[in-house]
Amino acid sequence: MSTPYAKLPAWADYGLIPLINLSVAFIVAGFVVLLVGENPLRAAVILVEGAFGKGTGIAFTLFYATTFIFTGLSVAVAAHCSLFNIGTEGQAYIGGLGIALVCLSFDSTLPWWVIFPMAIVAAAAFGALWGLIPAYLQAKRGSHIVITTIMFNFIAASVMVYLLVGALKPAGSQAPQTRNFLAGAELPKLNWIIELFGAKIRSAPLNICFLLALVMAFLVWLLIWRTRLGYEMRTYGHSPKAARYAGISETRIIITAMMISGALAGMMALNPVMGDQHNVAIDFVSGAGYVGIAVALMGRLHPVGIVLAAILFGMLYQGGAELAFEMPAISRDMIVIIQGLVILFAGALEHMFRPYIQTLFASFSPKSVGMQAVKGTGA
Amino acid sequence: MAQAAIELIGINKSFGAVRANRDINLQVARGTIHGIVGENGAGKSTLMSILYGFYQADSGEIHVGGKPASIHTSNDAIALGIGMVHQHFMLVDNFTVLENIILGAETDALLKSSIAKARSELDRLEREYGLEVDPDAVIEELPVGLQQRVEILKALYRGAEILILDEPTGVLTPAEADHLFRILKQLKEQGKTIVLITHKLREIMAITDTVSVMRQGTMVATRVTKETTVGELAELMVGRRVLLRVEKGESEAGAIKLSVKNLTVKDSRGVTMVDNVSFDVRGGEIVGIAGVAGNGQSELLEAISGIRHAVSGEVTLDGKPIDLTGKADPGELRDRGLAHVPEDRHHVGLVLAFEENENSILGYHDDERYLKGPFLNVDAIMADAKEKIEKYDIRPGNPRLRTANFSGGNQQKIVLAREMEQDPGVLIVGQPTRGVDVGAIEFIHKRLIAMRDQGKAVLVVSVELDEIRSLSDRILVMFAGRVVGERGPDATEGELGLLMAGVEHQEAAQ
Ligand SMILES: Nc1ncnc2c1ncn2[C@@H]1O[C@H](COP(=O)(O)OP(=O)(O)OP(=O)(O)O)[C@@H](O)[C@H]1O
Ligand SMILES: [Mg+2]
Repeated sequence: MSTPYAKLPAWADYGLIPLINLSVAFIVAGFVVLLVGENPLRAAVILVEGAFGKGTGIAFTLFYATTFIFTGLSVAVAAHCSLFNIGTEGQAYIGGLGIALVCLSFDSTLPWWVIFPMAIVAAAAFGALWGLIPAYLQAKRGSHIVITTIMFNFIAASVMVYLLVGALKPAGSQAPQTRNFLAGAELPKLNWIIELFGAKIRSAPLNICFLLALVMAFLVWLLIWRTRLGYEMRTYGHSPKAARYAGISETRIIITAMMISGALAGMMALNPVMGDQHNVAIDFVSGAGYVGIAVALMGRLHPVGIVLAAILFGMLYQGGAELAFEMPAISRDMIVIIQGLVILFAGALEHMFRPYIQTLFASFSPKSVGMQAVKGTGA
Repeated sequence: MAQAAIELIGINKSFGAVRANRDINLQVARGTIHGIVGENGAGKSTLMSILYGFYQADSGEIHVGGKPASIHTSNDAIALGIGMVHQHFMLVDNFTVLENIILGAETDALLKSSIAKARSELDRLEREYGLEVDPDAVIEELPVGLQQRVEILKALYRGAEILILDEPTGVLTPAEADHLFRILKQLKEQGKTIVLITHKLREIMAITDTVSVMRQGTMVATRVTKETTVGELAELMVGRRVLLRVEKGESEAGAIKLSVKNLTVKDSRGVTMVDNVSFDVRGGEIVGIAGVAGNGQSELLEAISGIRHAVSGEVTLDGKPIDLTGKADPGELRDRGLAHVPEDRHHVGLVLAFEENENSILGYHDDERYLKGPFLNVDAIMADAKEKIEKYDIRPGNPRLRTANFSGGNQQKIVLAREMEQDPGVLIVGQPTRGVDVGAIEFIHKRLIAMRDQGKAVLVVSVELDEIRSLSDRILVMFAGRVVGERGPDATEGELGLLMAGVEHQEAAQ
């Protein structure tokens, strides 16, 4: 006998529940805004308009989203293999080191379209390497990946500080960052796409990394659901015993999954480093790795969901900045609280309302509960 | 009839296109034991899940104690005095018995008075029903039989007057099953009502007062147990006559295909589970390993199939040695023609969250047939899954359905189809028909015998003595990790029973 459990129709599972979670997050956030004496409705309008109202806003929103797509995918790939990679932050940071090495070496001699592929490889390789060590320790020594990846975030931070105030810093400079890259290491902007739709853009960092992120989302989908490796990762993710039975090597699959996850994390660095700052500065990741966890959870570990969740978080970042600017009572920290609420309700408490909704569905139309599983049946 | 404890009227339930229950009527009289039998996927568990509030019926009425009841969640069911013992126990492994029993029924934050109250209440229940179990024992250290007892105590603690048991004996040793039945009789004498789902018709005959038969979602008959026979029930279930014992010819044993010499296996705690075991399996024969569960059979299978490392010993497959003490890799053994149907289909043999077609390639997913370079060849996998569904009559015949949504017997068929269709030289099978209905047992037995007749070597481990006796050409009996005897297929149940209990073994040791 299999344990019976009720399932919701797909549209409720993927549409209604995230919507309810989000609404609750915004309602609670609204109370917080009310507490500091501002009008929550006006705040919401500013937030949304700041993110999508003008061309520049949209470009910024998508720029942030690009970063979160990479980190979200990184977390999701590991999660499909039941590995909780909290190290996306550090892997992205170290990925930046790889990019710095490539760009600093070649930016005076090669054009962007030669440097870009090299930088992709370097970013992915450095990130993968930073994922490999915790993976090896987990597979061979049983050190828990959550602990080791957190520790590796700190190690990454220290290594980068050491390099950015030392070897990578141009002589005579006071700032803990590399010199600015030359034009050869600057990525083309994508703002013209938004301008095609008639919107005006002053200056925004949206660049071709956004397209790369979408391609990676597709490739991750392909990897997880259409390749032998993805099949093995999912098998291990659902049941290590079944993986052993199927002849899937635990060491190999853990290491491979973590390296892919690390590579995706490393590639995140391309967006701010080559697309925007044109240098590697201290703390340039600034929490995007952790946001990736929320994005992956909210996107239900599916690339399409991750892209949508990343855009939502991009909106919170961009609209939030706008809000802090327009409503002085709402400080930068308040924006963090609002983002935190979204993470809380959409990520951590994802299942809080599910039982009630299931009961509701059950009493309205019992047939719909359980439908999802046999959708498209002819049996 | 005495007053009905439960009455179900016109219950319907569909999952998409699958009609799991159609227009079911059922009455269970207070203070009786009512059996429900039926093929895999007949809708028994679904019906009970509706009664217990896991699922909502699409239409129909439930009356409990003569009054109409509306049951939306299991809490509603518990409030109405309905308790359920799940086949897969819902206990917290690293909690004590007492902690598990109060879980969800705590009355105060610090648990102090809850625990004290629970302890005295538990003590009373244990004495009243002969359900002894140490309240301070940790669940994971208890044998399954006792874990099940905890489940029953948990239901009684919550005031259950009606107890539903879904395939309770699937995981029990015969002695544990006997004890369970004594407990159920005791409960009945105290006026409790019991609904028992099982595939073992002998259990139905031994313990129930009345029995209902389900077939493809409908209730086809209800009988007073004393007035029916095993044969009649089997026929009602399947809709045709069923061979309770499959005919088979003489075996024509050929060359040795699998040879095990001095195999010793320890479990993770270092306890010797398989102790210096040696035997051969030839092509064209079925060797059965009988024994009470927990005497090393599981570890033996795991070692031979490469899942568990052995401490010492030599195993050869088709004359070539396999390194079981170092890195035996199940994948490599599979490539060499050893197929394995594991005992635990839920965690080992299947990934329940996968679609059926994904499970139909588990372990063979690196086979070229199913791949296009690094990609899965989805079309080939689907076609292959459909073929197996057809051939093994797996229901519902939808390869896209999540494996968890197949009934137990059909899940077993998914595993069997996958392993048998690879045309292996050696097939090892753990508990081939656990949780499987009589019709499917007949089918599986026929298949195993057909494999034998094609010259394959088949090794079967089962705790069902009937199964071992009807399938095997040679029977090995395991006790305390050793092979304590070998018998022919005509060995009597009593003879095997004594060996399984280690009686002769102890005499020999003296
Ligand atoms: N959640 C679900 N979604 C879709 N189909 C389901 C679900 N649960 C059960 N089914 C289908 O409903 C039918 C009845 O299943 P059920 O588990 O009630 O059978 P059963 O009589 O208990 O079988 P078994 O003896 O093998 O345990 C089966 O065809 C099964 O595949
Ligand atoms: Mg069932």
